[in-house]
Amino acid sequence: MLTKRIIPCLDVKDGRTVKGVNFVNLRDAGDAVELGALYAAHGADELVYLDITATVDGRSTFIDLVRKVAHTINIPFTVGGGISSIADVSALLHAGADKVSINSAAVKNPDLINELSLEFGSQCIVVAIDTRYIETENGQEHIVHTHGGRKPTELRTIPWAKEVEDRGAGEILLTSMDTDGTKAGFALELTATISGNANIPVIASGGAGNMEHFYDVFTAGKADAGLAASIFHFREIDIPDLKKYLHDKKLPIRMTR
Amino acid sequence: MKTVIIKYNAGNVQSVMYALDRIGASYLYTDDEEEIRSADKVIFPGVGEASTTMNYLRKVGLDKVIPTLKQPFFGTCIGMQLMCRFSEENNTECMGIFDVDVKRFPATPDLKVPHMGWNNITGYKTALTTGLPDDAYVYFVHSYAAPVCEYTVASCEYVLPFSAMLHKDNFYAAQFHCEISGDAGQQILKNFLDII
Repeated sequence: MLTKRIIPCLDVKDGRTVKGVNFVNLRDAGDAVELGALYAAHGADELVYLDITATVDGRSTFIDLVRKVAHTINIPFTVGGGISSIADVSALLHAGADKVSINSAAVKNPDLINELSLEFGSQCIVVAIDTRYIETENGQEHIVHTHGGRKPTELRTIPWAKEVEDRGAGEILLTSMDTDGTKAGFALELTATISGNANIPVIASGGAGNMEHFYDVFTAGKADAGLAASIFHFREIDIPDLKKYLHDKKLPIRMTR
Repeated sequence: MKTVIIKYNAGNVQSVMYALDRIGASYLYTDDEEEIRSADKVIFPGVGEASTTMNYLRKVGLDKVIPTLKQPFFGTCIGMQLMCRFSEENNTECMGIFDVDVKRFPATPDLKVPHMGWNNITGYKTALTTGLPDDAYVYFVHSYAAPVCEYTVASCEYVLPFSAMLHKDNFYAAQFHCEISGDAGQQILKNFLDII
């Protein structure tokens, strides 16, 4: 049976992971390759590496990192952060990334989604959508945001999710900025609406605080995958424990040991 | 041992090379007929669309070379589909090594197409699955699949049962991505290289 995926997200700056990490067996917690390999060994189903470097030097460091990650780990991984052209995607895929995630560039130029999926195939094009529930002239609405969720756009989240699929996205990474960082659970209703409308997988992100939140997002939230960062990095949840918990609750989960 | 990865216009071959590096195998990445014919093992990986990749193989003549190869040959993902008779993806005549047609997954409520993620394979009847746990999980990304047929040596279920692996004579194939299928995928690649 197709399983629900657990995806740790690693933020990378100048080739090193940021956000505190607390793994005793890790020689260097800032080593993004080593940390990814550890997550893979713990049963992570996929990894996401997000480049939060803004500089040109940082960009080439990131590509070196992608190459090392691809060489080391034997599970799929997605890379994202600042990708805005066919050339960017080509460099990352050639370095060995399995998928790329585009965000602001897709909002700015939606045709990029079509171009990338034609050039590289839908299967490797993830469109990340950062969303926030805000007051608009039509009342409260889910609105797509850019710039790390700080800047509202004109786009309404639910139709935008459908549009990115129609344009050739292979997967949607949906981050609720309302729940992100709260540890109060994923945005279940919105995730369920978007995943229910979509014929491509939806990765839910933002708000995971405990194991039950993952159960909820896979059931009530209809998500295909659940992504989190700090709760894994700070070992508030260990991936083997989480997978066992979900498996015991009869969800389809890939058990690795 | 000389292992060749066939070079053609399919994507994602880099991951396969890295996977071979991880198991310490050397390889040559080429589309040269003589190099391919003289190899001990041939790997035919890739991600792509059936008609575009098949047209390319025809253009360079590899569509005639591949079916006549005698050494162990392993096609994965689109490679496997091109080894079948026909694909519904843009109604493409393929190489016909396996006499079976590749069909699109039917639309079903609550089951998305592509079939993307980790799913378990069962009913092993091939040396390539030696050492794998029962119901091993492997990573799939595809919208088209070969139904279960006389060549099926491992199957999987999504909407319908389908062929996860095929085998006939020296030709082996897997629908999933061995190169990113964790330890199970690595074992399958290793088993292929170990075939005598």
